[in-house]
Amino acid sequence: MALRIHESNNPEWIGEEMYIDESVLKNEEKITFMLRALYQKSGYVRYKMSKFEEYDFYAANRDFLVSDNIISFTDTNGRLMALKPDVTLSIVRGSTDTPGSVSKVYYDENVYRVSRSSHGFKEIMQAGIECIGDLHTEDVAEVLLLAAKSLDVISPESVLTVSHQAVLSELFEECGLSSEDRKQALKYIGEKNLHELGAMLAARGISGETLQKVRTVLSISGPAEESISALKAAGCGEKAVSELEQAAKVLAGEGFADRMVVDFSVVNDMSYYNGIVFKGYVRGIPSGVLSGGQYDKLMAKMGRKARAVGFAVYMDLLERFELDTGRWQQTAEKEREDA
Amino acid sequence: MLNIALPKGRLGEKVYDIFEKSGYECPAIHEKNRKLLFENPEKGICYFWVKPSDVAIYVERGAADIGVAGKDILLEYEPEVYELLDLGMGKCMMAEAAENGYRDQPDRTLKVATKFENIARNYYASIGRDIDIIHLNGSIELAPLLGLSDVIVDIVETGTTLKENNLSVNAKIVDISARLIANKASYEFKKERINAIRDDIGAYLEGQKA
Repeated sequence: MALRIHESNNPEWIGEEMYIDESVLKNEEKITFMLRALYQKSGYVRYKMSKFEEYDFYAANRDFLVSDNIISFTDTNGRLMALKPDVTLSIVRGSTDTPGSVSKVYYDENVYRVSRSSHGFKEIMQAGIECIGDLHTEDVAEVLLLAAKSLDVISPESVLTVSHQAVLSELFEECGLSSEDRKQALKYIGEKNLHELGAMLAARGISGETLQKVRTVLSISGPAEESISALKAAGCGEKAVSELEQAAKVLAGEGFADRMVVDFSVVNDMSYYNGIVFKGYVRGIPSGVLSGGQYDKLMAKMGRKARAVGFAVYMDLLERFELDTGRWQQTAEKEREDA
Repeated sequence: MLNIALPKGRLGEKVYDIFEKSGYECPAIHEKNRKLLFENPEKGICYFWVKPSDVAIYVERGAADIGVAGKDILLEYEPEVYELLDLGMGKCMMAEAAENGYRDQPDRTLKVATKFENIARNYYASIGRDIDIIHLNGSIELAPLLGLSDVIVDIVETGTTLKENNLSVNAKIVDISARLIANKASYEFKKERINAIRDDIGAYLEGQKA
């Protein structure tokens, strides 16, 4: 069996075909090719970045990084440099604020992070997209759709769990939590640990309707449509709910209605992420393979006016995954017929 | 099939008992043999016993979909799992203890002997105390008696060991009990079943209380 790779910039999938024996490609490579094609077809341009950046740049935004540790070394001119622990920061820095425009880029790059299990540095292959500029709700929904499609490339048995930070900030506001309490509460929410969260809120004198609302909202974990009606019934912020609704509509329009799950245990650092945040799971892989969200606050911290949303797919988790490439072939053939 | 990791030992047996009484029985478990996996195909569940401190690893890495682990293990290793329910069993506390009559001298680094490095580090960081951690794997109570450490951070159940060795609790750090945990990806794909188990066990425990 051969894997067809189209060497063409034409999004219509017409042009010279190149055949590569599938067996010479690793899982991650196959998926990288498929994702590149997907992003290119969706109007994203490839972003190539340098392997190193100045250490200070990452150190200044340390909290945004998944791990604190950065591999650093001294360049020939004596400057302290770092091996890229993250792609998003570099892309943000390389973008410009042009009112009314949106820049869409995709990448596949290696990053260097400390692995929690081995306590040593690890090279992690990531692919993903960033959408930066004058964003509208539709742009965020489109990124979410691309996330669902990226997961679908890996397996049809995939789920995109979606949360909205504004819903949580509103709950925290209603409960009048201090910033220290919010951090702890966010940790509990991420663990679906409602018993300890409940005890903590009760200790802060929160009871009755407010506590009930917190419980209702945080117990939501299901198909988009029913979750969104539950959010409306609970009286959550209209703007956030309508953003979730719009995203659900766009996904449903492309046949991914059953892939989106609203679940507030998807938490990201609230000092960087503000709007929709999401995580993708594939059956057979024990941890999330995709992670992303809207990070306008990071942009603001970096002194930028533009808003931004993006996600990354963790390729290293796919090494042992059994891919069904026959399914890709069928999809490609069907698309050709449709064309 | 839903894989369930239970902690070996007395607590694990009590936990299985609750699963059984909540409607998730597995008769194979009572058979006398050397099997490691116990399946009940009818209920679609498979139990296995592992070292209590390993339950979280099995669940985090997806070898088990759900499991039961002590809060001490969850706080110490901080695995990426969901903590769905407090079973209210195996109750004890994590505490700082020292020799009777010990008086803290805040002008010097506190020497702390413990098996729970992470918990101890977090606790003393939260109260702004400079410490020197001495990691031990057992017989922690011996450390202050021999002058190896000023205090210990350990699990205190009844306090008998402490009492018999002339030690006493200075401060409670956190309450510990057994928790139902779930793998994050498994939860997405087996949500109905996992939620049902959580609710059934929760209901059973409530019934016991009443």
